[in-house]
Amino acid sequence: MAKIEDYAPLVGQFVIDDLRLLADRLKGKVVQHINSTSVGGGVAEILHRMVPLLRELGVDTRWDLIKGGAQFFDVTKKFHNVLHGRVEEITQRDFDIFMETSQINIDEVHIHGDIVFVHDPQPIALIRKKQDNKWVWRCHIDVSEPNKKVWDFLMDFISLYHAAVFSAPSFSRRLPIRQFLIAPSIDPLSDKNKDLPQEVINGVLAKYGIVRDKPIVTQISRFDKLKDPVGVIEAFLQVKKYIDCQLILAGGSATDDPEGAKVFQEVMEKSKKNKDIHILLLPQNDIEVNALQRASDVILQKSLREGFGLTVSEALWKAKPVVASNVGGIPLQIKHKYSGLLCHSVDGAAFAIKQLLNSPDYARKLGENGREHIRNNFLLTRHLKDYMLLFLSLYHQEDLVYL
Amino acid sequence: MLARAQDPFRFYTRLHLSELTGLRATTIPQLLEIIKEVPGASIYHHTHRFLQQHQYLSPEPPNDFAYWICEVLGEDMLGEMLASIDTIQYGTIRDLREKIVATIEAYLKSNPTAKMKFARQGEEFHFVKSVSFVLPTEYVAYDLKEFAEVLKKITIESIYFHVFEARLRLERSSNDFAFWIETSLGDRALAEQITKFDPYTLTLENLRRMLVGIIERRIAS
Repeated sequence: MAKIEDYAPLVGQFVIDDLRLLADRLKGKVVQHINSTSVGGGVAEILHRMVPLLRELGVDTRWDLIKGGAQFFDVTKKFHNVLHGRVEEITQRDFDIFMETSQINIDEVHIHGDIVFVHDPQPIALIRKKQDNKWVWRCHIDVSEPNKKVWDFLMDFISLYHAAVFSAPSFSRRLPIRQFLIAPSIDPLSDKNKDLPQEVINGVLAKYGIVRDKPIVTQISRFDKLKDPVGVIEAFLQVKKYIDCQLILAGGSATDDPEGAKVFQEVMEKSKKNKDIHILLLPQNDIEVNALQRASDVILQKSLREGFGLTVSEALWKAKPVVASNVGGIPLQIKHKYSGLLCHSVDGAAFAIKQLLNSPDYARKLGENGREHIRNNFLLTRHLKDYMLLFLSLYHQEDLVYL
Repeated sequence: MLARAQDPFRFYTRLHLSELTGLRATTIPQLLEIIKEVPGASIYHHTHRFLQQHQYLSPEPPNDFAYWICEVLGEDMLGEMLASIDTIQYGTIRDLREKIVATIEAYLKSNPTAKMKFARQGEEFHFVKSVSFVLPTEYVAYDLKEFAEVLKKITIESIYFHVFEARLRLERSSNDFAFWIETSLGDRALAEQITKFDPYTLTLENLRRMLVGIIERRIAS
């Protein structure tokens, strides 16, 4: 596991010095993170990396989990989907199931933090244990157009917190409590983002039978309608009429998601007979994702909707030119024509890919700018800084705070 | 022999957290009304964010209002007028806000059709404000040589605080560096040199290099 000083060569020693200054101000406070799982998913991934670093900085940080059965997590998955804008029926029974498990957790979870940091809707009802400590609710979901019934249900809890945190300005709405903007981050030293030797990259390409004899355009994302893999193929086919190139569409298994399986089938149908389209059903293997991104000439993220879209940060950190949809947190990561190209349609994506493949110098410059933008704004060290400032802000109401 | 101050310059750093207001605008008149009402910390955020987020270059006009009006609503002329507001001329957020309001009002008066333009869903202007935390660092300087050495290695946030934030948000008459050089070292010429350029047109790292260069040339002379 990386140490805090390992980040200094990437972000500058002064960034690490600032983190130490902030950590000093939090001495004596216990920060307790609570979420629903220790494995899988973005929240667990980020906590696995942040908690040890906060501890190393001297912030007493703990991490606890709530418990729940399959029924509870089916309901919270439904909540997640409808908060993201999907249409699904939510019944009173769903709310009852949610509250039954929440009550068990309220009875059993031991709250010992001066600051209790609750992630996502699953543990949200724990706020009923609020005493004289500080409570923050961290929303990792795109709630720009949430299902009203579920949002209203959650609001009864949210309004009891001291503060809420969202990942993008468009996810915010008027709330009776303070709300902060904290974007997620990538870890530059993780397997998904660290530098790789060329042999490793070549090895992964060889494993999947990809020959680097023509430019590679890649989208990494699960086979989900919202990631628009069919649109990616359509854009690629438009480009292919003019430029001899190949497409990699790589993502996780879709077996547990009936709709995902259908999308995968559609993708296979659309790509058959074209030997320049590589559909890779990847196991969870960060090194392989890293290698495929590094082997690419252009990276695409043609999502129809995004929570934040950290694959864009991952690609930009590797200084790759990126074409991505102007949705969710993507415009925070890409400033059009400076650190990548934004698009709104299949035609727009195709045009942007052609531009980048035909103008390698321009593409290189966008990639380099993108890497610097990520260095300044979307690395784990910035995330650590924001979290510590958030903790401090719970004790200060002013806009200008002298510590 | 370099002049040595009795009271050293203490370098502070400033770290900011973005607080969401939940306020959003879809048209220029809505934007204008909210600009009139939001806390100064929000005006500060939207006129200074670019400096922090794009330390390596400045791709955006120097304020978010200008960027949104240009890129989302397509009112290039008003965007340019807002982008070219000479921020360094304004000593307080209040003055800066008034200038922004006056610029938009004058434009809407002579271009009433601009009021009809709407941002598409998802492209609304979201008002955010900066919460700043100011902390002392371990660095102090008694003379110009020490001062230049600290400038080379101090966090960029410290330079940002002393040059931009102390002047505008704390309403000090000039930037902190120039003030100390003039009052504690008695070097008015150098202080003037340091206040003369427009820091808003530099990236933060270029600002650091320029300050170090000016001071080192002064030491050499």
